[in-house]
Amino acid sequence: MSNNDFSALMPLMVLAGASVLVMLLIVARLSHRIIQLVSLLLFVVAFISLLNIRGMLPYEVGSLFMIDSFGAFMTGLIIFSGLVVNVFSYIYFQEKEEGPKEYYVLLFLCTLGACVLAQSEHFVSVFLGLEILTIGLYALIAYLRTRNHSIEAGIKYLVLAAFSSAFLLFGMALVYLQTGTMSFAGMAGVVAADNVPPLLITGLGLMLVGLGFKLAVVPFHMWTADVYQGAPVPVTTFIATASKGGVVAAMLRFFIAIDGFRSEPLQMVMITIAIASMVAGNLLALRQKNIKRLLAYSSIAHLGYLLVAFIPGSAVVPQAVSFYLLTYFITTFAAFGVITILSDSESDAEDLDRYKALFWKHPALASILAVAMFSLAGIPLTAGFTGKFYVLTTGIGQGFWLLAVVLVLSSVVGLYYYLRVVTTLFAGTRDLLPDPPAKYPVFLGISMAVLSILTFVLIWLGVYPDSVIGVVQGLQLK
Amino acid sequence: MMLVLLITVLMVGAVAAVVAGEWNRHLPRWIALLASAAGLLLVILLWAGTSPHSVTDGQWLMDYRKEWIPSFGITFHLAVDGLSLLLLALTFFLGVLAVLCSWDEVRERTGFYYFNLLWILAGVAGVFMALDMFLFYFFWEVMLIPMYFLIGIWGSENRVYAAYKFFIFTQASGLLMFLAILGLYFIHGRDTGIYTFGYFELVETVIPFKTAFWLMSGFMIAFAVKLPVFPFHTWLPDAHGEAPTAGSLILAGLLLKTGAYGMLRFVVPMFPEVVTDVAVPAMVLGVAGIVYGAVMAYSQTDLKRLVAFTSVSHMGFVITGIFALNELALQGVVMQLVTHALSTGALFLMAGMIKERLHTRDIGQMGGLWGPMPQMGTIGLVFAMASLGLPGLGNFVAEFLILLGVFQAQPWITVAAASGLIFSAVYSLRIVGKIFLGPRKTMEAVPDFSFREMLIMAVLTVSVVWLGLFPQPVIDTARPAITELIRFMDVHSNASHHQSYVK
Repeated sequence: MSNNDFSALMPLMVLAGASVLVMLLIVARLSHRIIQLVSLLLFVVAFISLLNIRGMLPYEVGSLFMIDSFGAFMTGLIIFSGLVVNVFSYIYFQEKEEGPKEYYVLLFLCTLGACVLAQSEHFVSVFLGLEILTIGLYALIAYLRTRNHSIEAGIKYLVLAAFSSAFLLFGMALVYLQTGTMSFAGMAGVVAADNVPPLLITGLGLMLVGLGFKLAVVPFHMWTADVYQGAPVPVTTFIATASKGGVVAAMLRFFIAIDGFRSEPLQMVMITIAIASMVAGNLLALRQKNIKRLLAYSSIAHLGYLLVAFIPGSAVVPQAVSFYLLTYFITTFAAFGVITILSDSESDAEDLDRYKALFWKHPALASILAVAMFSLAGIPLTAGFTGKFYVLTTGIGQGFWLLAVVLVLSSVVGLYYYLRVVTTLFAGTRDLLPDPPAKYPVFLGISMAVLSILTFVLIWLGVYPDSVIGVVQGLQLK
Repeated sequence: MMLVLLITVLMVGAVAAVVAGEWNRHLPRWIALLASAAGLLLVILLWAGTSPHSVTDGQWLMDYRKEWIPSFGITFHLAVDGLSLLLLALTFFLGVLAVLCSWDEVRERTGFYYFNLLWILAGVAGVFMALDMFLFYFFWEVMLIPMYFLIGIWGSENRVYAAYKFFIFTQASGLLMFLAILGLYFIHGRDTGIYTFGYFELVETVIPFKTAFWLMSGFMIAFAVKLPVFPFHTWLPDAHGEAPTAGSLILAGLLLKTGAYGMLRFVVPMFPEVVTDVAVPAMVLGVAGIVYGAVMAYSQTDLKRLVAFTSVSHMGFVITGIFALNELALQGVVMQLVTHALSTGALFLMAGMIKERLHTRDIGQMGGLWGPMPQMGTIGLVFAMASLGLPGLGNFVAEFLILLGVFQAQPWITVAAASGLIFSAVYSLRIVGKIFLGPRKTMEAVPDFSFREMLIMAVLTVSVVWLGLFPQPVIDTARPAITELIRFMDVHSNASHHQSYVK
C-alpha cells in the first residue's frame, strides 16, 4: 500500500480506528460525557481527513475503491450524518437505563460501512460495506433492549436484511456468471448490448430486490414503519439518512458503470418502483398518528422522488441525486433532532398529540420542526423545494413526464399530513405550567446550536442555492 | 432598486413585528402599519414619478434584474408596467387597511399575526412584479403559507378545515403550473439552446399546438383556482368565511387578483392561439360563475359566505372579460379588479365589524341595525349599491366596460352575463334588507363606528365613488399594458396562422 493509498483511505481508517479507540475508552471506564465528546472529535477528524484528500481526486485504490468527487461528497455527507446523530445521542441515551457507551462503537462501524458503500466499485467492497453497515444496525435498532418495540424492530430488520442480502448475493453471483468479473469497470456496457442474456437480467433484478430492501422502496418497504418506530430516535435518523445514502451512491455508481439506464426492462421496473413508492408512501402516511411512522412513510415517498432523478440516466443525474440527498438529509436531521430533544426517559416523543401547542411553549423547536415539515413537503423558501425542483428538471429534461406528474400529484397528497403536523404545532393555547429545567444544559445547547445551523442551511438552500448547486455540478463519477 | 425595496420593507417589517411581539403586545401593529404605509408611500411616489408621457412611451416603467441561480438560468427580475403598478397600489392600500382593521380584533400572538400579514403582502407584491417564471412561482407560493396560518390560527370555528382546503387547492394547482413552467423552460431551451426562466424569452417560444394546450392548462388551472373560476371555487367560501377579517379582506382583495393578473400577464401572451381557441368555453364558464355565484349568494345565511359567493359572481365577469380579448373588455377587467377589491373588501370589513358587535355571522340574527348604527347602515348601503353596479360607483364602470367588450366578441354570452346585474341587485338588496332594516332581533347595545372604523370606511367610500365618477387615471395607467397585450396577440396569432397555411 503506497502512501497515497494510505491517505486516500484515511477517512475510512479514522472511522475504523475510532471504533477501536472508543472501545478502549469504555474499558478505561470513562464517563458517557467524555466518550461522547471524544466521538464527536473523532467524527470531526474523519471529516477533516476527507477534506485533506480533495486534491488527489479521483483516486483508485486497488480495484475495490474509487474515490472520486461524487464518492467523496457522499462520504462527507455520511460522516456528517454520523456527526449529527452523535450530537443528538447524548441527551437521548443519558437517561436510558442501558449503558449508552457501546452505542458509539456501533455508530462508528455503521458510518464506516456506509462510507465504504459510497466509494466501492466492486461487488466485494459493496457487499462488505453493506454488511458492516447492516450488522451494526441490527444491534443499534434493538439497543434499548427492554422495550418491546425495539426488540420487534430489531428482529424484523434482522430477518429482512439478512433475506435481502441473500437476494443481493445471488444476484451478484448470476451477474458474475455472465460477465466473469466483479468489478464495475469490467461490466461496462454489458446491458446495452443487443441481446442481453436473461440470466444477467435476472441477476440484476435480484440485486435490485436486495438494494430495494435497504432503500425501503415499494414493494420492499414493509419493515420501514416498524423499524423507524422501534429504533431509538438517533438510530432512526441514521437509518433514514446515512444508511440510505450509502446504498444510493453504490447503486448509482453501479448503474452508471453498466449503463443500466439503457436497459428497457430495468427501466420499466425502476419506473414502476418509483411510482409505487411515491403513491403508496404518501397514501400510507396520511392516517399516521405517530410522527416516527409518519416520517417512515414519508421517507418511502422521498426515495420514490429520488428515483425520478435517478431513472433518466442523463449527465445531470449524479448532481440531482447528490443535491436531493443533501436537502433530504438536512431536513431529516432537523425533524428527528426535534423529536430527540423532546423525548424523555420514559418514551419517545412520537405521539402527534405531544406536539400540540408546541409553538407557544417552545417557539424555537416548533419553528424548526415546521420548517422541516415544509421542506419535506417541498414548499419554496426551503431546501426541499430546491431539491424537488432539481429532481423535476432532471426528469422532465429527459421527457419523463409521467414520473413528473405522479411526483407532483403525490406530493399534494403528502401536503396533507405534513400540514397536519404543522397544524398540531400551532393548535391549542399556551399552558401556564412552567417546564422542568433542562437537565443537560450543555448538551442541550450544543444540540440546539446544531439544529439552528441546520435550519439556517435549510432556508439558505431554499433561497440562495446557487453556490451549493455549483459544488454539486462539479461532482464527477469516474 | 425601488422595486426590491417594496418587498424588503414588508419582509423586514414582518421580522421586526415578530421580534417586537416578544416584548410588547401592541408594538407589532405599529410596526406593521409603518411598514405597509411606507410601502404605499413608495408606490405613490413611483406612480407620481411616471408622468402620462412616459407611460405612453413604453410598457415597462421600471426594471430590476440580478442573477439568482445562473446555473438554471434563473434571474431575480422585477419589473413594473401600468397593470402591475395599479395592482401594487391596491396591494399596499389594502395592506394598510388590513392592519387597521385588525387593530383591536387580534389580541393574542400579535407578533406572529402581523408577521404573517406582512409576509402575505410581500408575496403578493412579488407576484405582481416578478418577470422570471421561477421567481413568479416562488412568490406565488410565498403568500400561501402565511395565509394558511392566518386562517388556521386566527380564524373562526371551522378554521382548520378551511385552512387545509385553501392550502391544498392552491398548492396542487400551483404545482401543476410549475410543471407547465418547466415544460416551457425545456421547450424553449431545446429550440434556442438558451435555458432560461426569463419572461421575455419564454413569451417568444414557439410551441406546437398540442403541447401548448397542455402547458396552458397547467397555467390556467392555477389561475382558475385562485380567481376562482366556476367549478374550481369550492375552497373560496370556506376560506373567506373562516378567515379573520383582515384575512378575508386580503383574500378577496388581493389573492383573487393574482389569478386574473396571471392570466393577463402569462396565459394570454404565451399561448395566444390556444387562448383564442378556448375563448368561448372559458367565457361560458365565466357566465356560469356569474349566475351560480349570485344564486348561491342569495341562498346563504352566513354573511361572510354570502359576500364570498358574490366574489365568485364578480370574478365571473373578470374571466369573461379576459377571454373577450379586446381592449374595451380588458380595460373593464382591470377596473373590475380594483373596484371589486374595494367594494367586496368593504363588505368583508363590515361583516367583521358586525361580528365583533353581535358575535355572529348569521344573517337571521341580525336585522334592524340601522337604528343603532345609522353610519354603518349608510355605508353598507353604499357598498351594496356598488356591488350591484349602480352607476356613479366604480363597479358600474367596470362591469359596463366588460359587457361592452364582450358584446363585440360574443353578443349572446353578453346577454347571459348581463343577467348577473339583476341577480346582484337581488342579493345586494337582501343584504341591506336583512341586516339593517326590519325589526331588531337583539336588544344588545351596539355602538356605531369608532373613529378608526370610520376612517377605514371613509377612505374606501371616497375611492369607490372617485373610481365611479372619474375612472380615467386607472384606465390611462393600464392602457399601455393592455394595448401592448392586444398588439402582441394580433401579431402572434396571425403569424402562427400564416405558418399553418404554409405547411
